[in-house]
Amino acid sequence: MDFDALINGLDRHTLDGITRGSIYALVALGYTMVYGVMKLINFAHSEVFMVGTWTVLGVYTVLGAEAGAGLGMVIGATLLALIAAMLASAGTALAVERIAYRPLRKKGAPPLIFLITGIGCSIVLVETFGQVLSAFFGPPFGRVTVNVPSVLETKVVFTIPGLDLPVTNTRLLIIIGAIVMMVALDTFVNKSRLGRGVRAVAQDPDTASLMGVNQDRVIMLVFVLGGAMAGVAALLFTIQYDITKFDIGFIIGIKAFTAAVLGGIGNLRGALVGGLLLGVVEVYASQVWDSSWTDVTAFIVLVLVLMFRPTGLLGESLGKARA
Amino acid sequence: MSQLLDSYRGLQLGNRWDRAPKWVRSVGLLLVVAFAFYLPFLNILPFAYIRTDLNPTGSDWASVLFLIVVYMIVAVGLNVVIGFAGLLDLGYVGFYALGAYSVALFGSPSSPVVESLQSRFGLADDWAVPFAMCIPIAIAMSLTAGVILGAPTLRLRGDYLAIVTLGFGEIIRITARNLDPITGGAAGITQVPVPPGPEIDGRSFFNTIDAERWYWLALVILIIIIWLARRLEHSRVGRAWLAIREDEDAAAVMGVAGFKFKLWAFAIGASVGGLAGLLFGSKQQYVEPNAFMLNLSFLFVAMVVIGGSGNIVGVLVGAFLLTYLPERFRELQEWRPFAFGVALVLVMVLRPQGLVPSRRRAREFEDRRHEAEEAAADV
Repeated sequence: MDFDALINGLDRHTLDGITRGSIYALVALGYTMVYGVMKLINFAHSEVFMVGTWTVLGVYTVLGAEAGAGLGMVIGATLLALIAAMLASAGTALAVERIAYRPLRKKGAPPLIFLITGIGCSIVLVETFGQVLSAFFGPPFGRVTVNVPSVLETKVVFTIPGLDLPVTNTRLLIIIGAIVMMVALDTFVNKSRLGRGVRAVAQDPDTASLMGVNQDRVIMLVFVLGGAMAGVAALLFTIQYDITKFDIGFIIGIKAFTAAVLGGIGNLRGALVGGLLLGVVEVYASQVWDSSWTDVTAFIVLVLVLMFRPTGLLGESLGKARA
Repeated sequence: MSQLLDSYRGLQLGNRWDRAPKWVRSVGLLLVVAFAFYLPFLNILPFAYIRTDLNPTGSDWASVLFLIVVYMIVAVGLNVVIGFAGLLDLGYVGFYALGAYSVALFGSPSSPVVESLQSRFGLADDWAVPFAMCIPIAIAMSLTAGVILGAPTLRLRGDYLAIVTLGFGEIIRITARNLDPITGGAAGITQVPVPPGPEIDGRSFFNTIDAERWYWLALVILIIIIWLARRLEHSRVGRAWLAIREDEDAAAVMGVAGFKFKLWAFAIGASVGGLAGLLFGSKQQYVEPNAFMLNLSFLFVAMVVIGGSGNIVGVLVGAFLLTYLPERFRELQEWRPFAFGVALVLVMVLRPQGLVPSRRRAREFEDRRHEAEEAAADV
């Protein structure tokens, strides 16, 4: 127990926690939306994120973007990586839905089977990068951690006066990026016509289809949106941590899911609150105890939330997202 | 593929077996058991191809058989949770690890726990808790863990349980790795005790070389566990599980206390997992955290659902296939998780009831499919 380390660097750790939490929150959106509409935990969502990080690496490699490139290259490569990662992640999420979930939905299989095919898809995706691609193409694929070039170099943009806390451009980008995407998604679900369909299916699938909402299309839309958000999270993650790995999704997936439950699963704003809170709690805990216990924190938070407030902090409902 | 399945159905193995007179079934069962005991020495040529040690790099056949039987015990135990009660437990490896660690912590003279007991009570250096005492300790530890984990989470929706148990499996492993003063950390614990027995050729009866003895021991335990599981399935508790699995609300209306029976299933499954872990740890005579990675949990779940959850024969087939095939084709070891993921998706999408489903489960799935089709036709 080392409370001094926590108190001495409280401002620094809080900033670190918010950065992590922003990424958790973006991934959590995927879990929360799919859960809100289908009452299903999409186990393969963590791998959707993982595919995004590899896409970023792929774009950088194709463009030859390295650390220390010119300003035009930095902006161009980052934007292109963002679009590619969003597309790849959304595509992966859509493929998972078509291959693993839709046939089961048509058969009316019990919920347990959905979870198991989700796990199956997750294993297939992990092994695709860990084994299949490495057997055909060799490195960088395989069971090792791979460095992603830090195209966007970390610089201190400004220092928060009074606290003497330096804020870097990467952290700023991550926090702002996450919040912008959140607001955009929230507006989309609450204001647009398609979003109304999503909310309708979340509230009552049968009545929604009587009112002319195409349920299959809404489910596809939800997977695409969640996947795209995971793609954004993947880019932000590589910017901050400069690595990817075949099984990188697992731990982040668990934490993002915890964040979703913490905020209230099915609730978009809850995902943001839960993500930020979990990130901060985790960084604090890794200061007070040992950093080798970091991964346990999320699980303990999850169990505590489920025991004392299973509906999460903000309550769970995508259908009542307006409230 | 479908032709193959049709010809298999044409045989109507299940029906024929059920309709056969009782003496035929008893003799058949005896023959199967006798053959299982004889398996380590199988050397008649066309059948000997199933052995895994035909080429010099292959793994020891009796050890593979032992592992298969241990995983069969695991599958039968997990089947109580997944197949009978319909709860998805993704942290079963946690109970398995707890079983292995309890026999190591209390039975090994070099474990930190035993050493502290030695120094506190002034016992000899080679003193340890006797093996016979380690068995109830292991079962009690995993049972307690099952109840502690189940009590808060079993009241929640089923899919939350999956995530919480997943976390539990990881917590057990991370704790075993980080708590050096108690668990020996990443280095693990050596000198895990073996069951007592007469010395033969100057070696103790259960040793690292004669793996077939371990296999027979595990087989006896497996047979006992199968018998117990069958008795449970057809008991009042088993019927309660069935009711909960099919419709929890209706079961509650009929006076079946859902939570109580779910907790029972969870605790029984956990203690069987602990027992299997104890066997594994004792055979290895060495326990370390990396032997209990989360992938093992997914493997266990896959054994149950690919085989046919709810059907004991089915889960035995599942455990056999998923343990035996990777050992027989070791040269493809690296591809094993990939193949296993693909198999999981394919079997579940094409045949969600599993390869060898129980008749009741197959009917449940058929009903649900009809309902879904009718609902689709209505809209």
